[in-house]
Amino acid sequence: MKEKYLLELNNISKSFPSVKALDGVTLKVRGGTVHALMGENGAGKSTLMKCLFGIYNADGGEFFLDGKQISFKSPKEALEGGVAMVHQELNQALKRSVNDNIWLGRYPTALGFITLEGKMKRETKKIFEKLRLDIDPSTIMSEMSVSARQMVEIAKAVSYDARVIVLDEPTSSLNDKEVERLFEIINQLKAEGRAIIYISHKMEEIMKISDDITVMRDGRLIATERAENMTLDGIIKLMVGRELKERFPQKTNKVGEVALKVEGLSGRHSLLSKVSFNLRKGEILGIAGLDGSGRTELLETIFGLRVRSEGRILLHGKELKIKSARDAKKNGFALLTEERRATGIFGILNITENTVISGLSRYRTAGIFLNDKKMKRDTDRYIKSLRIKTPSQKAKIRTLSGGNQQKVILGRWLLTEPEVLLLDEPTRGIDVGAKYEIYQLIISLAEQGKCVIMVSSEMPELLGVCDRIAVMSGGRLAGELEATDADQEKIMTLATKYV
Amino acid sequence: MSEFLSNFQRLNPKNAFLRFKEMPKKEKIRSVREFLIDNLLYILLIAAIIGIQIYDPRFLSVSSIINIISLSAANLPIALGIAGCIILTGTDLSAGRIVGVTACVAASLLQASGYANKMFPSLPTLPIFAVFLIVIAIGALVGFINGFCTAKFKLHPFIVTLATQLITYGALLIYLMQGTNNGQSISGLDSKYTDFITGSLFKIGGTSVPNYVLYAIIITAVMYFIWNKTSFGKNMFAIGSNAEAANVSGVSVTKTIIGVFVLAGIMYGLTGFIEAARIGSNSASTGLNYELDAIAACVIGGVSFVGGIGKIRGVIMGVVLLRIIFVGLTFLGIDSNMQYVIKGIIILAACAIDMRKYLVKK
Repeated sequence: MKEKYLLELNNISKSFPSVKALDGVTLKVRGGTVHALMGENGAGKSTLMKCLFGIYNADGGEFFLDGKQISFKSPKEALEGGVAMVHQELNQALKRSVNDNIWLGRYPTALGFITLEGKMKRETKKIFEKLRLDIDPSTIMSEMSVSARQMVEIAKAVSYDARVIVLDEPTSSLNDKEVERLFEIINQLKAEGRAIIYISHKMEEIMKISDDITVMRDGRLIATERAENMTLDGIIKLMVGRELKERFPQKTNKVGEVALKVEGLSGRHSLLSKVSFNLRKGEILGIAGLDGSGRTELLETIFGLRVRSEGRILLHGKELKIKSARDAKKNGFALLTEERRATGIFGILNITENTVISGLSRYRTAGIFLNDKKMKRDTDRYIKSLRIKTPSQKAKIRTLSGGNQQKVILGRWLLTEPEVLLLDEPTRGIDVGAKYEIYQLIISLAEQGKCVIMVSSEMPELLGVCDRIAVMSGGRLAGELEATDADQEKIMTLATKYV
Repeated sequence: MSEFLSNFQRLNPKNAFLRFKEMPKKEKIRSVREFLIDNLLYILLIAAIIGIQIYDPRFLSVSSIINIISLSAANLPIALGIAGCIILTGTDLSAGRIVGVTACVAASLLQASGYANKMFPSLPTLPIFAVFLIVIAIGALVGFINGFCTAKFKLHPFIVTLATQLITYGALLIYLMQGTNNGQSISGLDSKYTDFITGSLFKIGGTSVPNYVLYAIIITAVMYFIWNKTSFGKNMFAIGSNAEAANVSGVSVTKTIIGVFVLAGIMYGLTGFIEAARIGSNSASTGLNYELDAIAACVIGGVSFVGGIGKIRGVIMGVVLLRIIFVGLTFLGIDSNMQYVIKGIIILAACAIDMRKYLVKK
């Protein structure tokens, strides 16, 4: 018997100037189910959804909703046509109230232009009550936590009364309780016969919530299966396109004697409070903790980007005066920032320029001129040694994949010959395959005797790569664990110590 | 002043005082310092008013205060128009020249019938309302061009309005060569027109309040309504705060941007219509640099270039404050060249203090 689908995407193609992002992708979603869309970054999941939602115009293919052909030219048409979406990047007007955000684009009006504040507030309250959210509709968005904003975004999508709801990484900032709440909401929506398209990188969530799973790779459809017929390993295999024998490389670094001492570090404007730890030569120290536990603040305070109110930093027994990133660099520190796109790459500059930017002083001739040849030679060296995949040095860095961008930034810092590498979420938004290479690089840097501090939200990664794991909680150091006897449970216990 | 008041309201004086008492001494000093810096402008202003008043008691006389209010009223519409553009993280450099064009067009079409140097001698006496509509249409048209180029071609309004400023000025110079005018300034306005604008609304202590103060109040009320009570206004703020969010929420970003610029153009048209009668003699230099004063007023009033932030009462306060400063400087007998320097310093200080609010301390 032929299956009945609520939403059908047939043979969708979409090209961008340099890449073919979607190549004849077909997606069929049953009503009353959760359909997970899986794939590595750049596989085309979000692009496919943006084509459906009218943000992009597909080059080819057809969309059907309830058997009727649809083709949305703008998000406005999509919303009116019964498709709502929670976007991966939180798209909100942060300076406006929750109320204004919920009703943005569809303010209830009298005479077509006078907004009805009272009605908006009442309706918002109703929506929040139904979803059991405790949020005051008149709060300004920027004054709320990221997770509360995400819940508002979800509530907004739900409130459109749409037949199809796309959730693109809806849980990236939610805690377990909130995820639980979201799943309740999703089950409610399922029961009402709506279809949910669910995009997430969190495998456990996918296995728990989805009815059907579609895997995409390189802009193509790889497989669509019932969730009960799939296993975690099987999905990863389909996503990566080859068997990943081991998720982490062999640890070959040898730990030496203590090189870096951090004593009682506190932040002036951050929650960081009296953090002390030692770091040995050739050691990889993992920093675990929940979002907002002060992990990034710790790295940025060490690196001089944040003002410290007290505390000392000693390298080889000598106290360092670090008041700015420049001081930190001079003293042999390097920082790979958390937000690669915002604070890592110079998007429109090429590979060479991105590589040498932190080490320009080495290329000066006659005091003011820069030696182009030498810059090219060094860049070439790092392209080779870090195995950066790029058509040429002249390519703009934003055209590279996330993993290759990260390698370029790593190369940038290696050029300054640092002793201590501070890595903030070094594999965030990087494909499974490329992650392995980054792990390899980190371990080989430690092997060369560098000290590495690595912040990560992915516990398996910390357990697999680090020698020791320090756990932050509420701005304090909750405890340290040797990687050999640490496990996720122990880390979580410490992470919630001062919450 | 609006910021000052809202700071107080937010803090709730009693609670704030209790909290303040509990702070450690270091914190106390810091919070007092923060408060002083955040409100530096207003503190200096109050000090300046007191100082000027002591120097010359006529400063706060009824006629002087009415003078300040009238001049503020004349500048309010243009500032309200530009404020919308700033809320969209844009700006509008063409505003002053649009005021110039609309003022000259209004003046040329409403010259007294018997006036010797009439620009169009054969032109019959037009109804004021018809000219009003023509002037509004001209403002709206230039505003539409500004908005269209900004929204459709994704150009920065700085560039777009820089270009339209030149175009408008050129058009104005060409227009002034028409008829019998030959580039002269246009005066000898129909008394019905000048009465309509500058006639006395009522008198306080022998000084009359001109009609256009009432018009400015009406315009401000309408703008308040548009900004706060209509979906158009809310969309404007949303786009200024995050254009992408507005787009994916189904707001027509293009239409709203064009709308904001058209509305701004209409405001400049209104300013021109008032200005022509207020000045009486209009030339190519009418409206010159008005946009700069208007932008300065917006910034002082807390309309931020960060986008998505601004209040009508802030714009009003900005315009009034700037006017008090100008009048005050004149009372102090500071020469007009020096006034420019002081104006510049005030704008810099205002922006720096404004930015402090959006900086995240690290």
